[in-house]
Amino acid sequence: CPSRPPKVLGLQARALTPQTAETDAIRFLVGTQSLKYDNQIHIIDFDDENNIINKNVLLHQAGEIWHISASPADRGVLATCYNRTSDSKVLTCAAVWRMPKELESGSHESPDDSSSTAQTLELLCHLDNTAHGNMACVVWEPMGDGKKIISLADNHILLWDLQESSSQAVLASSASLEGKGQLKFTSGRWSPHHNCTQVATANDTTLRGWDTRSMSQIYCIENAHGQLVRDLDFNPNKQYYLASCGDDCKVKFWDTRNVTEPVKTLEEHSHWVWNVRYNHSHDQLVLTGSSDSRVILSNMVSISSEPFGHLVDDDDISDQEDHRSEEKSKEPLQDNVIATYEEHEDSVYAVDWSSADPWLFASLSYDGRLVINRVPRALKYHILL
Amino acid sequence: MAPGSASSPSPSFPALRPWAAVGAMAAAAAAGPSPGSGPGDSPEGPEGEAPERRRKAHGMLKLYYGLSEGEAAGRPAGPDPLDPTDLNGAHFDPEVYLDKLRRECPLAQLMDSETDMVRQIRALDSDMQTLVYENYNKFISATDTIRKMKNDFRKMEDEMDRLATNMAVITDFSARISATLQDRHERITKLAGGHRQVGPAVGLSWGSGANVTLRPPGVHALLRKLQFLFELPSRLTKCVELGAYGQAVRYQGRAQAVLQQYQHLPSFRAIQDDCQVITARLAQQLRQRFREGGSGAPEQAECVELLLALGEPAEELCEEFLAHARGRLEEELRSLEAELGPSPPAPDVLEFTDHGGSGFVGGLCQVAAAYQELFAAQGPAGAERLAAFARELGSRYFALVERRLAQEQGGGDNSLLVRALDRFHRRLRAPGALLAAAGLAEAATEIVERVARERLGHHLQGLRAAFLGCLTDVRQALAAPRVAGKEGPGLAELLANVASSILSHIKASLAAVHLFTAKEVSFSNKPYFRGEFCSQGVREGLIVGFIRSMCQTAQSFCDSPGEKGGATPPALLLLLSRLCLDYETATISYILTLTDEQFLVQDQFPVTPVSTLCAEARETARRLLTHYVKVQGLVISQMLRKSVETRDWLSTLEPRNVRAVMKRVVEDTTAIDVQVGLLYEEGVRKAQSSDSSKRTFSVYSSSRQQGRYAPSYTPSAPMDTNLLSNIQKLFSERIDVFSPVEFNKVSVLTGIIKISLKTLLECVRLRTFGRFGLQQVQVDCHFLQLYLWRFVADEELVHLLLDEVVASAALRCPDPVPMEPSVVEVICERG
Repeated sequence: CPSRPPKVLGLQARALTPQTAETDAIRFLVGTQSLKYDNQIHIIDFDDENNIINKNVLLHQAGEIWHISASPADRGVLATCYNRTSDSKVLTCAAVWRMPKELESGSHESPDDSSSTAQTLELLCHLDNTAHGNMACVVWEPMGDGKKIISLADNHILLWDLQESSSQAVLASSASLEGKGQLKFTSGRWSPHHNCTQVATANDTTLRGWDTRSMSQIYCIENAHGQLVRDLDFNPNKQYYLASCGDDCKVKFWDTRNVTEPVKTLEEHSHWVWNVRYNHSHDQLVLTGSSDSRVILSNMVSISSEPFGHLVDDDDISDQEDHRSEEKSKEPLQDNVIATYEEHEDSVYAVDWSSADPWLFASLSYDGRLVINRVPRALKYHILL
Repeated sequence: MAPGSASSPSPSFPALRPWAAVGAMAAAAAAGPSPGSGPGDSPEGPEGEAPERRRKAHGMLKLYYGLSEGEAAGRPAGPDPLDPTDLNGAHFDPEVYLDKLRRECPLAQLMDSETDMVRQIRALDSDMQTLVYENYNKFISATDTIRKMKNDFRKMEDEMDRLATNMAVITDFSARISATLQDRHERITKLAGGHRQVGPAVGLSWGSGANVTLRPPGVHALLRKLQFLFELPSRLTKCVELGAYGQAVRYQGRAQAVLQQYQHLPSFRAIQDDCQVITARLAQQLRQRFREGGSGAPEQAECVELLLALGEPAEELCEEFLAHARGRLEEELRSLEAELGPSPPAPDVLEFTDHGGSGFVGGLCQVAAAYQELFAAQGPAGAERLAAFARELGSRYFALVERRLAQEQGGGDNSLLVRALDRFHRRLRAPGALLAAAGLAEAATEIVERVARERLGHHLQGLRAAFLGCLTDVRQALAAPRVAGKEGPGLAELLANVASSILSHIKASLAAVHLFTAKEVSFSNKPYFRGEFCSQGVREGLIVGFIRSMCQTAQSFCDSPGEKGGATPPALLLLLSRLCLDYETATISYILTLTDEQFLVQDQFPVTPVSTLCAEARETARRLLTHYVKVQGLVISQMLRKSVETRDWLSTLEPRNVRAVMKRVVEDTTAIDVQVGLLYEEGVRKAQSSDSSKRTFSVYSSSRQQGRYAPSYTPSAPMDTNLLSNIQKLFSERIDVFSPVEFNKVSVLTGIIKISLKTLLECVRLRTFGRFGLQQVQVDCHFLQLYLWRFVADEELVHLLLDEVVASAALRCPDPVPMEPSVVEVICERG
């Protein structure tokens, strides 16, 4: 049973993240978007064995959530970008929050979704953006101690140090995009490679790489997409590879050492692609979400770190059978679309993999529907064996 | 002691010093043993040592040669033969001897010794006397003899002197006679010798060279023939002088064999030598004439014939003949090359091949014919030489022709080229038949084929260029500023122009290429032109190749990097799409039928079926149209996106008007509709739209709006909106925004509008709206609804999308107070 019954949150939502620091339980955080009601952060727990979804709700009264990200070091810490409306002005701010201790590991038997008394997030600190403009996203240093975050605000890229157990955010360094017109970052990711010294950002049709030590540009892929670039992600196993997606309905894979041509281009969606995510362990699995309401899982094996499939360790080759099967799998495999998920009825703005189970992912559509899916078992065994 | 030794020498002639010798010998005999005595029998007794003996011998020799006694005596004497007491010793001293005897011997012995001594002395004396006497006698008689001889010799010497004088005189005379007679003598000898041995043999080998008859011919005839031989040199000389080379060669030929046979005879040898000298001169003159060559081929041939008859080596003559021919042919080639020249005003290609044909090829034919006639006897080696010769010169000729033909490649006139090729090919058939081994005809056919292929390539290139030219024209026509009041050429007209222009180009190319296969052309019946040229060359290479390249060129507009702006004008995409579609439906099959009719394809090569080509064209058309939809959709999307993104929706004023951008969207959509309508059919709509009008729509929309939006604007619970929209979605089909389009106007417009409205939706969802902002969206959407429904296949689609936009805007509005539908309508109607 690869697909779970969709979970309707009841509010519009765009923000989804796995609880990054959690490696045992399958848990996602979803932020809602509502202008009329208090916004919430839903902590979605998926009980794999019993096939049950549990939900805890935290109030996020500061405003509607546009982006959410969880600390890689502390299960209880997360950052959101939210809209604050005041004096007929909308400003997108960012803040770091801590959830109540008892919710960190979720799993409460909440009797009823709506009636449970919602607890409130504890504000740790604001990322002061008065001088920089609207926050597009906040990204944590991957594999770090949860002390460094980068936020993108209009045309600024800001590196923050979280001090005093995250109660204070100090702007460590920053850089700005200069150029004609109003430049605005749409998205950014922090590379897990190179000692976490590289960040890639997207603005308009351009992808840029930054060195966080000097805050200077490393590479630039002009016209990476025909239209706006919506999202990007780093291959977790191949340090120069990244994927991007955008309004031209395409997903492109890049080798940042040669930025003139994409390594590969996928054109499976029929509308803007809002999200692209590599599987954290098996980088041939690429997940994309689009406003054509579809989620597509692709097997980009030819440009993955395992282009010949999973290689059996030497000491495993004890009998002939194994040996033969290994030889057979030496041929490069074909890239293909594994599955197209059509459970959503509205635009899908967020997809992500679970941090605990590499075969599981969640997708969130605007109408507040969260769907948790599994990688097809056949493919899973094919990759593993 | 040894008295015999003195008498043993018996000289017959007196020595120079006979007495001394005799004395010495006597002394020697007295002094010691004879020199002839061997070493073994030593008479000395106690002292028999070898050195002693030798010294003794020395002593004797010295004695003999009268060397000083003192010398010998001065030497330290041991117990030696110089003992003065030795009677026979050289140093015998009587005193000492006597002393010794007296001292040592008793008286009796002394007495004996004395007696003995006396006896010996007497014997010696008598011996000596005898010897002297005898010798003297002999000497006297010898002297007599010598005197007599002296007398005789003197007489003889006189006589010898006389003899010598006489002999000198005789020699002198003899020499004079010889000198006088020499010349005549030799000739007589020669003649006599020759005559004697030749006679019968000549008879045998004379008379037509047969040696059958054993009967000797008449001596008279024989002599006549001999006379002929003897006169031969002079006759030859005369012939040569007169220039009667033929005669001379005939004479030489007749005499040659005989002379050859009897060359070992001096008289004939001489004649032969003379003849050879003359013949050599003759040959030289012939060659001279041959080389000068002005006399033309027949005379040359005669020269060669004569030279051959003279037995000149045939190979050399072949070489020379060919070398000479080469000279002339090269002359022709040079003149051809000069016609090529770097300067363009060369004669046209027809004239060129004519020159080449008559000059070079004609010459080659002559040479080949003459050669084969003259050197037919040479066998395959000679033929091979000629073939090699023809090949080499032929290839140079071909190179020139190809250079000339290459100059033609650019030109457009096929008929002239084909005629030239025809001549070229035709002319080479003669030498081709004559010299099959040289492969000239094949090479010529190859050249013709190559030219034909190149022509095909050229025409394909030309067609491509024409197509691109058409595209450029279209671009220019599209870009040309419209003069007010005067419409430029419509798209349909442009399309017709392009189509007819391409078609006429194709037909022209076909007609031009068709010349190659015309019946009267000499090479048209070659297998290449009957088969491969028609099917692979014309049909596949030219026509199919062009259609494919056309499709490719068209498709390349879809992949152009300028995805954003679209460097290609959308109208061009549309036009190309229609063009490809027309090709799919009719033109391709028409062109291919035309081709097949004109070029009766007879070979077995597989050809691209019409259906495949049509499918390709259709795919191209589809891609182009889809790209057109995307490009146009993007243009409108960008307008809408800018309009949503740049506006401050929170603090906007109450809407009084439809925003200008919406009017612009409608205008653009209308323009696109018109544009597409020029080229594509209307397409099918859903039935309900058939009777739709502005009025009914407004009623419809107002009623629908009322029913649909009202609940969402008065939210009772947070779930309601979503629930409603979800339920609503359950009953509507999923909208594929970028879906493949069909080949009709409605489908195209539907695609463009879908893309635009979806963009509007997504953009609206990213903003936050104030109350008036929402109302503005309401107005805008209503306006769009008013004008866009008529363009799409299913107007429900527009409704759905616009509903979604307004609903999303309402969700993004903290204070959603919708505008009264009637007010919305009024504003929209106001424009």
